[in-house]
Amino acid sequence: MAKQLVQGNEACVEAAIAAGVSFFAGYPITPSTEIAEKMAEKLPAKGKVFIQMEDEIASMAAIIGASLTGAKSMTATSGPGFSLMQENIGYAAMTEVPVVVVNVQRGGPSTGTPTLPSQGDMMQARWGTHGDHPVIALAPSSVQETYDLTFEAFNLSEKYMVPVVLLMDEIVGHMREGIELYKPEKIIDRRKPVQSPEEYLPYQTDDSLIPALAPFGQGYRYHVTGLIHDETGFPSNSPKVIEGLVERINKKIDKHADEIITYNSFDVDDADVVLLAYGSPVRSARQVQQAARQEGLKVGLVQMITVWPFPHKVLSQLYRQTEATFIVPELSLGQLADELSKSVPREKILRVNRNDGSLITPAQLDAVVREAVR
Amino acid sequence: MSKHWEIIISGSGGQGVITAGIILAAAALKDGKNVIQTQSYGPEARGGASRCEVLISEENLAYPKVQQCNMLVALTQEALNKYSSLIAPGGMLITDKSIDTSALSNDIIVLKAPVYSTVANIGNLMVANILVLGVLNSVIDAVTGDSLAAAVSSRVPPSTIELNMKALTEGNRVGKELKREVEIA
Repeated sequence: MAKQLVQGNEACVEAAIAAGVSFFAGYPITPSTEIAEKMAEKLPAKGKVFIQMEDEIASMAAIIGASLTGAKSMTATSGPGFSLMQENIGYAAMTEVPVVVVNVQRGGPSTGTPTLPSQGDMMQARWGTHGDHPVIALAPSSVQETYDLTFEAFNLSEKYMVPVVLLMDEIVGHMREGIELYKPEKIIDRRKPVQSPEEYLPYQTDDSLIPALAPFGQGYRYHVTGLIHDETGFPSNSPKVIEGLVERINKKIDKHADEIITYNSFDVDDADVVLLAYGSPVRSARQVQQAARQEGLKVGLVQMITVWPFPHKVLSQLYRQTEATFIVPELSLGQLADELSKSVPREKILRVNRNDGSLITPAQLDAVVREAVR
Repeated sequence: MSKHWEIIISGSGGQGVITAGIILAAAALKDGKNVIQTQSYGPEARGGASRCEVLISEENLAYPKVQQCNMLVALTQEALNKYSSLIAPGGMLITDKSIDTSALSNDIIVLKAPVYSTVANIGNLMVANILVLGVLNSVIDAVTGDSLAAAVSSRVPPSTIELNMKALTEGNRVGKELKREVEIA
């Protein structure tokens, strides 16, 4: 297949369409604007829905509503809009409605630096909405990965009935590279109820802990609420129901974490130094890691594809096996390094942070690697 | 010429420098090269220095930004002042004849092209970006002429194809003359 020159944001749109997205609601914001722009061009032409909403709160609400009718739904935003979406992201997590939320990260806090990259929303993607809730977040480091992971975001959200955040950044969103716009092999659609409408309990689950929510409009009637609810979907204050629901929606992801979590590792088995990165810093890390290996330095790289759930098991095993020093380049003041410190001792973690709107250069990272292997 | 190119095309926001970079990158991809195009600009849509980076290589590219710029195109004095320090020793600058380059160090090859006077003759200042792309490629042969022409005609608004192709042709001519002058000197 001939490669085409495609921008990261465009690749996200192409993949979403190939995955079967039929509803997009959003409020354009730099550096994610091209996603809304292309969706506005492409979806109505295919008889699908694009709505520019009045803000990001409403955008999130609209995609939840559309998803409840069975439509694969998504929105795209950046930091300020992602903040506004948090309340309804919690609603989607609680009501178990599959949606894809793309956050092309720019510098914050507040309106920050609209045209510059950042990774300051990593913790917000996990804990931006209140309460103990599940979420999945994926992070591409190239235009091809943006295409691949957009499919994956839809598949995971439909499979686990959970909001999935595609955590991009300005570099990945605006960069153009040659990629293959292939047809996806595997498209997952949410489970259909097996009971008749009369017997149906929307939040009854089997061992998978994943409910089968019937699309509205096909004869099934049920109640959807952000309040704690029992299997019928109606509110409950019973301690047993409260405990059962909060545990189940979280366990639904924890139980399948090994299937969900993906990463790429390069030359880690004998490594004295392991670089850990996700998103655009992977590009600097890969250049430095390959050059170091060519010189015979025992440097490896772990590229996180899944940011949430965090690959603690993989990383703590790698640490026990290698006792390597971990170097963490990130475009924030240490959100990734702090999370890593739950599975690797703090004194074995070296931080390389940048928050001036520039990427971490290979030269900047190389100096830290050389110091560490000395 | 088979080489690792790290190119910055810069100018004022609205001059089309990002479009020029995208066209160059599309042509390089068509030639089978590895390519990455990135851009940086301020929050304003018009005005302010704007820059587009294009990496073209036979090798795989990991880091997506310019590290050792061996070709800077600066369409304005402001862009030159802002970005000239990024040119690596031995690198090249292409700019307009009207722009003051006296502050540049001696180890940079400075090529001053009649960009604005030529587009004025064509009758439309908006095509300076495509003209300078022709100049650039005639000097460094980063992509084939056919791929570049195809990329221009597929990525400019249909009503402006003829105008832009004329600018590309003129740019190629100016670039070839410049190259000859440099080789003689």
